[in-house]
Amino acid sequence: MILVWLIVILFAGGIGALVAEKRSVELPRVIALATLLLDLFLVVLMLFAPATLGLDAGSQIDLGQTGEWLVLTSSEWIPQFGVSFIFGADGLGLLLIALTVFLGLMSLGSAWHEIKERTGFFYFNLLWTLAGVIGVFTALDLFLFFFFWEVMLIPMYFIIAIWGHENKEYAAMKFFIFTQVSGMLMLLSILVLAFFHYQSAGVFSFSYFDLLGTELPEGVGFWVMLGFFVAFATKLPAVPFHNWLPDAHSQAPTPGSVILAGILLKTGAYGLIRFTIPLFPEVSMAFAPTAMMIGVISILYTAKVAFSQNDLKRLIAYTSVSHMGFVLLGVYSWTAQGVQGAVMTMLAHGFSAAALFMLAGGLQHRIHTREMDKMGGLWGVAPKMGFMALFFTVAAVGMPGLGNFIGEFLVLLGTFRISSAAAALAAIGMVVAAVYSLIVIQKVFHGENKNNLAFEDLTGVEIFCFGLMMIGLLWMGLYPQSMLDMSEPTLRSMGVLFFQ
Amino acid sequence: MYSNLIIDLMQIIMLTVTTVVVMLTVAVKRDHGLISGLTVFGLFASLLTFVFIKPVLPLEATQLLIIDEYSLFFSNLIIAGAIAVALLAYPYFEKDKEQNEEFYILLMTATLGAVVLACSNHFVAFLLGVEMLGVSLYAMIAYSVHMEKSAKFPLEAGIKYLILSALTGAVTLFGIALVYAYIGTMEFDAIPAALEAAGDLGPVFVIGVLMIVAGAAFKLSLVPFHIWTPDVYEGAPVPVTAYLATVSKAAMLAVTLRLLLASNALEFNVVIVVLTVMAAASMIFGNLLALLQDNVKRLFAYSSIAHMGYLLVMIIAASQIDGALSVEGVSFYMLAYFIMSLAGFAVISAISNSEKEYDQISDFRGLFWRNSWLSIVLITVLLSLAGIPLTAGFIGKFYIFTSGVEGGLWFLLTMLIIGSAIGLYYYLRLIYIMLQPAEDLANDPAANAIPLGVNVVLTAMTAGVIYLGVFPAPMIDTLQSLASAF
Repeated sequence: MILVWLIVILFAGGIGALVAEKRSVELPRVIALATLLLDLFLVVLMLFAPATLGLDAGSQIDLGQTGEWLVLTSSEWIPQFGVSFIFGADGLGLLLIALTVFLGLMSLGSAWHEIKERTGFFYFNLLWTLAGVIGVFTALDLFLFFFFWEVMLIPMYFIIAIWGHENKEYAAMKFFIFTQVSGMLMLLSILVLAFFHYQSAGVFSFSYFDLLGTELPEGVGFWVMLGFFVAFATKLPAVPFHNWLPDAHSQAPTPGSVILAGILLKTGAYGLIRFTIPLFPEVSMAFAPTAMMIGVISILYTAKVAFSQNDLKRLIAYTSVSHMGFVLLGVYSWTAQGVQGAVMTMLAHGFSAAALFMLAGGLQHRIHTREMDKMGGLWGVAPKMGFMALFFTVAAVGMPGLGNFIGEFLVLLGTFRISSAAAALAAIGMVVAAVYSLIVIQKVFHGENKNNLAFEDLTGVEIFCFGLMMIGLLWMGLYPQSMLDMSEPTLRSMGVLFFQ
Repeated sequence: MYSNLIIDLMQIIMLTVTTVVVMLTVAVKRDHGLISGLTVFGLFASLLTFVFIKPVLPLEATQLLIIDEYSLFFSNLIIAGAIAVALLAYPYFEKDKEQNEEFYILLMTATLGAVVLACSNHFVAFLLGVEMLGVSLYAMIAYSVHMEKSAKFPLEAGIKYLILSALTGAVTLFGIALVYAYIGTMEFDAIPAALEAAGDLGPVFVIGVLMIVAGAAFKLSLVPFHIWTPDVYEGAPVPVTAYLATVSKAAMLAVTLRLLLASNALEFNVVIVVLTVMAAASMIFGNLLALLQDNVKRLFAYSSIAHMGYLLVMIIAASQIDGALSVEGVSFYMLAYFIMSLAGFAVISAISNSEKEYDQISDFRGLFWRNSWLSIVLITVLLSLAGIPLTAGFIGKFYIFTSGVEGGLWFLLTMLIIGSAIGLYYYLRLIYIMLQPAEDLANDPAANAIPLGVNVVLTAMTAGVIYLGVFPAPMIDTLQSLASAF
């Protein structure tokens, strides 16, 4: 039940924030903070002291599952369709839930001073998006999964459409239509899968464990897999489905960008790991070279595009696509190192991208522009901000000792065993990353302060948030084993290639 | 025997009695409140009679009508819709102090026609229902024509509907004549046996069926018989538009589905091809044309064309799959669409009256901040129409996908996805407009208190959309049991 509580608390907190706005403008954010802290407390318990929640090995219900599941909950929802509430978390799920709750707090930190209008509705949307994401990471019934997939979409639409910047209508619409249409393809695939399972087993079921190993007729499997792939590749995003992302990121308010880059993109990667490949192992492996090629193209193409941006947030958005290319590459290598690297990249990129968007958002909040041409020499004005920017930029580039390095290195290592060409090309991406990242530091923080910009340096809340994320990245970089150990059983149960 | 018949026909009898009582009361005392109250009461009473009817089902009440769970479901839906329309109509017409009592008589006769249509098992009852519904609707659409200051162009809309409806009525009648001439029966479920007995028929029977389908397609506003829809939707008073969008469609759909399934007409390839073309064209053109609208009623009109196209997918799937699933899905979708449309028109109705209708998209700018309750209802409706989870529309879409996948209708499913993608755009645009910062309006129609009746409709329908989206299981049970007869 603990997983359901995580979600219910967020839903309830959202409604609480909405109601609280009538009392005071400040109260909703306090409620949001309390809600997230409560969730964080539960997540920490799950991670470090599962026994206190009654989560021991052996307390599991039997759903015909494979792998080591820490929590599984199941009850009926729409029995006529074989739809049930199945929630479960294993090591991989737990890592991502922890990431979600933590970055939820970070985005709350970035909203703390920025969002002043209609705060109740804002925090409502924020918490509901997070609830949807946790639902996505824990739902093990494909119908339920699709349900949460959409639940996280609508509040995000509102966040962009109401609190976004100058071109928000276009960006919000594009975001919604891309995700929704690809989602519909996934729904269709889910139904086809369930239908063939029904034909062979005689009962309708959308349970993940029931659908694993469903035999699909020759030719059908590929198309069904493609439906899932397109939905997840759109969310990830991978070229050529990445088009919505630069608009959505640059137009969203800072907390929205943080959630988008830090968490929402990871749902796509999670979907690939959890669903696309395990449900369709054979066609997926046949498709892997294509997917890896898409990954390489994503890395190189968007790195180049990022380099030519003048809009700071757009630049960071494109770098996100580039980093997600590594995730795609690692996942489709389907080797232990590759997938572990993808998971590490997901976590580390969640931190570094969230931090960079917070910095870019903080800058925009202070000087009302995102154009790098108008900036310059800001180190002198805001040295703390400059330091943070440098730290997280270097992290994103892949400095050894920080989480991103571990992730991307493992991806390359895993990929190399499958395709040395792909690994070599992707490695070029890491070089280009240094170029486009450092140019940000150069243009924004070095050089001459042409427009005589002057503003307040980072506030206490911001420094606190950045500090936490720094600690996180250092932990990932210096002691990655703690995370690799968590995701390993999951990957083993999915049949990832392990080399001795 | 006769006592059973009376119980069976109780709903229809109650409706008739109410019609007569309302008519006589109008003759004695003209009082808008009294008459609308009587109408709602009478409709409510006839709705409740289903408690007595249910235990004795199914029974053929004369040769013409069949009362079974299926027809009872649609009758209840129709009567509930009529109650909602009566609740919307009272505040709408209350503003001008003219004589509006006849509206409720028309509403009653139209509803009676719709119920007869939903229960019909015979071409005679079919025609009787269609005409009773149609003739009442001509007058209802043009109803505000007698007012000094009427909101729209009701006469234009009324005449358009009259002429086109009469034309398709004639086509339908000819189709019925052809069918009867070749197989010699007018009872729906006697058709398959008669067909077999008649042997080789040539194309005439199919042409007859297609002509009847054309008549139904007109009422359901499927492309290419949709031309009237936007103009009539726009010109009619809002409550009447709501009636057209819900009751009239539900009744026609109920009888069409029964006719197609009972007569095995779906076994003819030509029928499938024609229906497929209509479905695909409706989904695509309905959604495309909706993009161009800046009037919310017209937008709903085009969106209804698209939604009827979605529904048709399930009907076509019935040729490949178990008919029961198709009936279940169609009934669910119709129920969902019914509730969504009523809620949507109730929102327009809440800010409109017979002198001025606020139905331009620009009238909805900033509604979220001006009157958040109304906009939440409308957002819920739009998301449901777009098929987003947590709403009834999603479960409906789920049914369409399921029956499409089982029937292997890949072409139609592709059209469905393309159509829905286009549809998202205009639903979202309206939502976006409502989220825009509000301008200060000197005379904000949304600032007025919402009349109680309208609020009841808004609350009930929104609750329905959410409830069906979150806990569909009980309703699915009901629908499965009614569909098992097919």
